[in-house]
Amino acid sequence: MTITLNGDAYDLSGPLTVSELLARLDIDPRRVAVEHNLIVLKRPAFDHTTINAGDQIEIVNFVGGGARARQIHP
Amino acid sequence: MTADTFVIAGRTFASRLIVGTGKYSSPSVMVRAHEASGADMITVAVRRVNISDRAKESLLDYIDTTRYFLLPNTAGCYTADEAVRTARLGREAGLSHWVKLEVIGDERTLFPDNEALVEATQVLVREGFVVLPYTTDDPIVCRKLEDAGAAAVMPLGAPIGSGLGIQNLNNLKIIREFSRVPLIIDAGVGTASDATIAMEIGADGVLMNTAIAGAQDPIAMAESMQLAVRAGRLAYLAGRIPRKMYANASSPVEGIVGR
Repeated sequence: MTITLNGDAYDLSGPLTVSELLARLDIDPRRVAVEHNLIVLKRPAFDHTTINAGDQIEIVNFVGGGARARQIHP
Repeated sequence: MTADTFVIAGRTFASRLIVGTGKYSSPSVMVRAHEASGADMITVAVRRVNISDRAKESLLDYIDTTRYFLLPNTAGCYTADEAVRTARLGREAGLSHWVKLEVIGDERTLFPDNEALVEATQVLVREGFVVLPYTTDDPIVCRKLEDAGAAAVMPLGAPIGSGLGIQNLNNLKIIREFSRVPLIIDAGVGTASDATIAMEIGADGVLMNTAIAGAQDPIAMAESMQLAVRAGRLAYLAGRIPRKMYANASSPVEGIVGR
């Protein structure tokens, strides 16, 4: 199945939870925030939020300063 | 002199200087500049994690969050919606319900879109955020932001990263007079005297990034900004003498020899 991950198409073998996706990407869940279909998830919801085909996922963290580029598209 | 505290939304800060995290040549220079600045509030941007290049370290590896209060910002957002989403993400990533709200209206000037800014402020205040909006030096917009529930107003001194110093001191003085929430001059500082001038007119704080990060010696400039902000604050509290057209002798005018 294909999802949209940070604005780009991303292929996955099948539905999985947000926690499973973060583990697969080797991302420490304590360091990021996740938006699932435009809804920002509370961290405890990572374990029981399932990502399905066509879903839109944004994973963000903190970086230095403020870059000029438009980063998140509605 | 009684204790001079800097309070925003009930939280007390030791320093009136707020610093950024962008444009540093290396993380270690940033860390040392932060220390030299004496700041206890640091602003950070919220960005997409780079999925294809996971080797990059997190900014939070370098910032001691027990020592510094992190202020997520919405830099790079061009609509109220983008800014609101980014603020919500920042809250989840950092467990802080504070946001330095930026809604940029134009790429070349990075001037804010004040209409969208007021709208985003209203939304975020309703959601319980402590909103610190970056705005133009317009007293009416500042009043609207205050009415919308902003915890402070942060007018620019000059365009972001321009280093031009304060361009419209009179407007900032009017904003100072109007405003019932803390006034923080955000952007435009080039060197220490710019920060001092901002504080001398009664600003509650100054926020800067490029003036420190872009200096030839960012660590020395950070220390200079710490002193500049303190000097300006003390001068404001001390109350300067009025400006006069003509000289007014400092020495007694009686008893001059030969007269």
